[in-house]
Amino acid sequence: MSTLPWLHPDRVALIEKGLSERIMILDGGMGTMLQGHRLDEAGYRGDRFAGGHDSLHDHDHPGECNLKGNNDLLLITQPDIIRGVHEAYLEAGADFIETNTFNATRVSQADYHLEHLVPELNRDGARIAREACDAMTAKTPDRPRFVIGVLGPTSRTASISPDVNDPGFRNIDFETLKANYIESARALIEGGADTIMVETIFDTLNAKAALFALSELFDELGARVPVMISGTITDRSGRTLSGQTAEAFFYSVEHIRPLSVGLNCALGAEDLRPHVQMLARIANAAVSTHPNAGLPNAFGEYDETPESMASTIRDFAASGLINIVGGCCGTTPAHIAAIAAAVAPYPPRVRQATDQAA
Amino acid sequence: MSIRYTRLSGLEPLVLTPDLNFINVGERTNVTGSAQFRKLVKEGRYEEAVDVARQQVENGAQIIDINMDEGLIDSEAAMTRFVNLISSEPDIARVPIMVDSSKWSVIEAGLRCLQGKGIVNSISMKEGEALFLEHARKVRQYGAAVVVMAFDEAGQADTKERKIEICSRAYELLVNDIDFPPEDIIFDPNIFAIATGIEEHNNYAVDFIEATRELKQRFPASHISGGVSNVSFSFRGNNPVREAIHSVFLYHAIAAGMDMGIVNAGALAIYDDLPDELRERVEDVVLNRRPDATERLLDVADKYKGGKGGAVVESAAWREKPVVDRLSHALVHGIDQYVVEDTEEARQQARRPLDVIEGPLMAGMNVVGDLFGAGKMFLPQVVKSARVMKKAVAHLIPFIEEEKKKTGDAGKSNGKIVLATVKGDVHDIGKNIVGVVLQCNNFDVIDLGVMVPTQKILDTARAENADIIGLSGLITPSLEEMSQVAREMQRQDFHLPLMIGGATTSRAHTALRIEPHYKAPTVWVKDASRAVGVAQSLVSKDLIDDFMTKVRADYAEVRERHRNRGSGKQLVALSKAREQRYRGDWENYTPPAPRTPGITVFDDYDLGELRRYIDWSPFFNAWELAGKFPDILTDEIVGTQASELYRDAQNMLDRLIAEKWLTAKGVIGFWPAAQVGDDIEIYAEPSQRKPRVTLRHLRQQVDKPVERPDFCLSDFVAPKDTDVQDWIGGFAVTAGIGIDEHVARFEADHDDYSSILLKALADRFAEAFAERLHERVRKEFWAYEPDEALDNHALIAESYRGIRPAPGYPACPDHTEKRTLFDLLDATANTTVELTDSFAMYPTAAVSGWYFSHPDSQYFVVGRLTREQIDDYAKRKGWDRSEAERWLAPYLDYDPD
Repeated sequence: MSTLPWLHPDRVALIEKGLSERIMILDGGMGTMLQGHRLDEAGYRGDRFAGGHDSLHDHDHPGECNLKGNNDLLLITQPDIIRGVHEAYLEAGADFIETNTFNATRVSQADYHLEHLVPELNRDGARIAREACDAMTAKTPDRPRFVIGVLGPTSRTASISPDVNDPGFRNIDFETLKANYIESARALIEGGADTIMVETIFDTLNAKAALFALSELFDELGARVPVMISGTITDRSGRTLSGQTAEAFFYSVEHIRPLSVGLNCALGAEDLRPHVQMLARIANAAVSTHPNAGLPNAFGEYDETPESMASTIRDFAASGLINIVGGCCGTTPAHIAAIAAAVAPYPPRVRQATDQAA
Repeated sequence: MSIRYTRLSGLEPLVLTPDLNFINVGERTNVTGSAQFRKLVKEGRYEEAVDVARQQVENGAQIIDINMDEGLIDSEAAMTRFVNLISSEPDIARVPIMVDSSKWSVIEAGLRCLQGKGIVNSISMKEGEALFLEHARKVRQYGAAVVVMAFDEAGQADTKERKIEICSRAYELLVNDIDFPPEDIIFDPNIFAIATGIEEHNNYAVDFIEATRELKQRFPASHISGGVSNVSFSFRGNNPVREAIHSVFLYHAIAAGMDMGIVNAGALAIYDDLPDELRERVEDVVLNRRPDATERLLDVADKYKGGKGGAVVESAAWREKPVVDRLSHALVHGIDQYVVEDTEEARQQARRPLDVIEGPLMAGMNVVGDLFGAGKMFLPQVVKSARVMKKAVAHLIPFIEEEKKKTGDAGKSNGKIVLATVKGDVHDIGKNIVGVVLQCNNFDVIDLGVMVPTQKILDTARAENADIIGLSGLITPSLEEMSQVAREMQRQDFHLPLMIGGATTSRAHTALRIEPHYKAPTVWVKDASRAVGVAQSLVSKDLIDDFMTKVRADYAEVRERHRNRGSGKQLVALSKAREQRYRGDWENYTPPAPRTPGITVFDDYDLGELRRYIDWSPFFNAWELAGKFPDILTDEIVGTQASELYRDAQNMLDRLIAEKWLTAKGVIGFWPAAQVGDDIEIYAEPSQRKPRVTLRHLRQQVDKPVERPDFCLSDFVAPKDTDVQDWIGGFAVTAGIGIDEHVARFEADHDDYSSILLKALADRFAEAFAERLHERVRKEFWAYEPDEALDNHALIAESYRGIRPAPGYPACPDHTEKRTLFDLLDATANTTVELTDSFAMYPTAAVSGWYFSHPDSQYFVVGRLTREQIDDYAKRKGWDRSEAERWLAPYLDYDPD
C-alpha cells in the first residue's frame, strides 16, 4: 500500500516543501464560528430539508427529525457560511483547511436518518474547502493552501462496551466502520481533498478501521494521498478514551506511514505538551497539534485567549516539537493568527530520514 | 544500517530493546496448550478465562498468546468474545496481544478487536507464496507484527538448513516484495520434541539453536520465537524435568539469539539452580552430546519427579540452613511459603526490625539482581522475588511502626518525598524498598508507581509541596529518561533536590548525564540503605550545604577522572619544584617568529581534507574496543566488530561529507610572549614590557631525580629577563556545527547507534582539524618547520616539533584559562564555539589549546597539587583559596577545609 504512487504528486511535493521550510498552520474550530451565526432549526434545514427530512430522497421512515446541530448538513443548506469560515482561517494564515465533515459518516448521520447524504456531504465538504483554498492560493501563489479531508471518530467506539453489565459487548464492529470510512473517504478524495486526516481519535480501534479503509481505497484507486492522524488524550490521566498512552497510540497507527501524527481536542495546549513531546521523540512523521482553547469553563465555553494560547504554543515551537499547529474547539481566526505569528520565527521540528514517512 | 526496534502496544507501549533480553509470551490462554483454559472456554465460563489472562500478566508475561483452535469451539466467535473481554481489563490489556490460530479467519477476527499493535501467530508458505504474501499484506493493514513459521510447500522445517532456507526466503519475500518492516518479523523455526526415543529427533534442539544463531546473524532486526514447552513433550507428567529441559534449552537458545518465547510465565526454573546431575543429563539431551543421552536422563528423571522424591529432599535441605540463607533462598526462588516465619525469626535476632530489611532481605535482592543481569533469571522470576520481598516487609511494618512510637518520633515527618519509576520502565523493586526504608525513618512517601510521565511527577511534587523527588529505573533507557526529567525540572524552574537510584544508575552516570542538567541538588543513591542518610541531609538546612558541596565536588571529580588520573606519589615543595624547572639554553637559541602574527580565521574548512587526518584508535576506544588502528581491524577478539564499526563509520563519513552535515570552523593566533615565574605574559606588540594578558600555569611537584625537571608550560617560553623575543600561539576549532539536527533525527528514530557514531565522528573531525591546523601552523603560519613531511601515522605519534596543550587537560588543568584563550582568539565570534559556565565548549566537538614551538616542549601531567601551590595560584588568579580548590578539585593532594 505504501508503494502506490501519489494521486497528486505535485500537491504532495508542495506540502513536503512547506513542511521542510516552516511550521505549517492548520485552521481552527468550526463550531465556535457557527455559533456566531445563531442558526435556528429552520436555518439548519434550508429549503431542501424544510420538512425535517430530505425532500429529494425517498425516506423509509415517517415524520421529521430535528436537524439543528447537524453541522455537516450546513455544507448543503448554508454553503456560504462554511465557505466564509474557511476564508476567515485562510486570511488568518492557515495553510491547511479541514473539511466540515467531522460527522459525515453513515454511523453518525444515522442519528438524523440522513445516511444517504454521506457521499454528497463529503464531496461538497471537500469541494467548498477546495474552492476557498484555490481562491486564496491564487492570491498568494508562493503559499499554496491545502485541503484536509476530515474523517471523524463517529459516535461509537469499537473497543469499549456501552453496556456496563457486559464488557464484551460492542455496538459497532471493525467491518462496519471500515465500510463507513471507505464511503466517506472516497467522496472526500473525489471532492478534491489533498490529504485525509483521521482525527479526534478517542478509540484507536476506530482509527485502525479508518486506516484499513484508506489502504483498501488506495488499492482500489491505484494511488494514495497522504494520511494525517490526530488522537485525543481525553483527560489529565494522559490516555485516550480507550485507555492508550500517546506512545502506545502511535505504535498502533504508524503502519500507515502517516504524513503527520499529532493530538487534538480535549485538553488545552499546556496539558498536551508532555504527550506532544513524546510523539516528537518517537514519530518518524511530522508532528501536529491542534488543541482546544483551554479547558471548558463552567458554562462549557473555552476562554483561553489567542495571546495566552499562542504563548504556550510558542514554547512548543521553541523546543522544536512541532511541524504543524492549529486549533480545535473554542479557537477562532484570531487564535490562528496569533499562533501563526508566534511560531513564525521558529524552524520546524527536524523530522527523521524519510524512509518511513509518507 | 541501523536496527529499528520492534514497537508493539497494548494500552501501553512495548519496545523490544536489546535490554529486554528475552520476551515472555504467556502461553496459558491457549486452548491447545492448557486443559484448564480449554474447559473454561468450552463451558462459556469467560470470566474465569479472563482470570487466566490476568494471572499470566501478573506472573510477568510481557505479551499474551491467545489461541482458540479447538474442534468443538466456534473459534472465531470465541476469539472475538475473549479479546473484547480482556480489552476491558486495563491490567491485562496493557500488554500486547498475540493472536494465535492456524486459521486465517480466526486471526482476522482477533485483529479486528485489537486497538494496540499486536502480533499474528502465524503465517507461513505452507500453501504457497501468493497466499503467504496476501496474508502478510493484511497483517500490515491491520497494523500488527507477524510470526513466520518455518513451513513451506514441502512441509515443516526440521533441519538447521531447512529452517534457515525457509525463513530466509520468507524474509526476502516480505521485505523486498511488500516492504514489510524487518523488525516486525518474528521467525518461529519450529521447536520439536526431543528425547522421544526416535534417533532423528535427537538433534532437533540443536537444529533450532543453530538455525537461530544463523538467522539472528542474517536478520538482526528480526526476532526468533518458539513454543518452548514442545521441546520437553516426551516428559509429560514430570514437570520438574520438563522445566529443567526448558531452562537448559532457553539458556542455550537465548545465547544463540532467541529473544522471544511462548512460555508458562512464572514456571521457569533457574539454570544455575538445577541439581548438577540433572543439569548435565538434560544438557546432554538438549545439545545432543552423547548417543545414550535420552536413556541417561530417563534413568534419573523419576528421582526429580514433583511432589515426592528428590524435590522434597531438596526443599528440606534449604530449610535446614540459617535464617539469613533461608531468606535469600526464598527471595531467589520466589518461594513465599515460609517467608513470614523466617522474617519473624530474623526480626527476633535483629537489633531492630529495620535491620532485617537493610540486611538479609536487601542481600537476597542483590543476588536476584545479579542473576537477572547475567541472563540466568528472567523477569517473571524477578516479579515473584519482589512478591516475597513485599510479604516480608509487610510483616515487619507493624514492628517498625511500634518502634517508632517507642522512640517517640512518630508523627513528626522528616519531609515529603515523591518517588517514581520513570516513564518507560516497569521495575519498581528497588524503589519500593527505598520507599519502605524512608517511611520507616519518618518520611512521608508519595509513591507514584511505575512508568510515570515526567509531568505527573512534577505536578505531584508541586501539588504536594514535596521536599524531594526520587527517580528510579532499572533498564538503560531509563537513564536517558532521568536526564530528561532533570532537564524538564530545570526548564520548569524547580528547586527541589533530586535523588537518583536504580540498578543501572551510577555515580558516573549521574555526574555525567543528570547532574549537569539540573541546578538544584542532584544526588545518586547507591542503594536503599543509603537513601535515608541522603534524604536526611537534603531536607536539613544545617546539613545540605556541606553535603552538596561534597557531592558536587565528587561529581566534578568523576567527570574529570574520565579524562585523566593523578598519581599517588609524594609531592615536593613548590620552591623545590621551581628550582628543578626545565631550563632552556636561551643564550644559544633564537625562538622562531610567526609568519602571520595575530589572528587567522578558517571559515567552513573542507571536511574532505580533514578526513585523512583522523586518528582512529580513540574512535574505537570510544566504543570500548581496545586496540590500535589498523591492527584492531584484524584483532582476534574484537576484529570483526571493529571492522564492522569501521565500515559503518566510513559509510557515514561518505554521506556526511557529501551532504555536508557538519561545518568546521577554526581560528589561530600568535602573540609575543615571555615567561614570568610560572606564568606567561602576552604582549600586544613585540618588545613591549607591559603585558596585555597573563596566562597562569601550574607546575608539577613530583619528587623526581635531579636530571628530570618538574615541568610547567611556561618553561617552554623564553624568560622575560633574558630579553629573548619569544611567541606563543593559540587555537580553537570545531567540527560540530549542524550536528544537533542530525543527532535529533537519529534519536527520534531510536537510532542511538547512528547518533553515537555521528558524535564520535564529529569529535574525531574536531581532533583531525586540530591536527591538520597544527601541521599547517608548523609549516605555513608559524613556519618553523616549513619542510616537515610526516605521514598521518607520524602525526599521530606526535613526532614533530612543538605541542598544543589544551586548558583543562593534564599539562594545564585549569579550565578557566580557556576564557583567556577564547578572548585572545575572539573564538566565539570566529567559530561559534561558546564556553559554558563551567568552561565546557559548545558544540562539544571542539578543541582548543596553546601552541608552543620550543624543540624541547613536551606534554606532561601536572598531577597532584599541594595547598602551597593552590594558595600561590589563587593569589596569581585573584581568587580566594576555596575558588581555586573548586576549579582544581580533582588535583588537590589534600582534603580542603
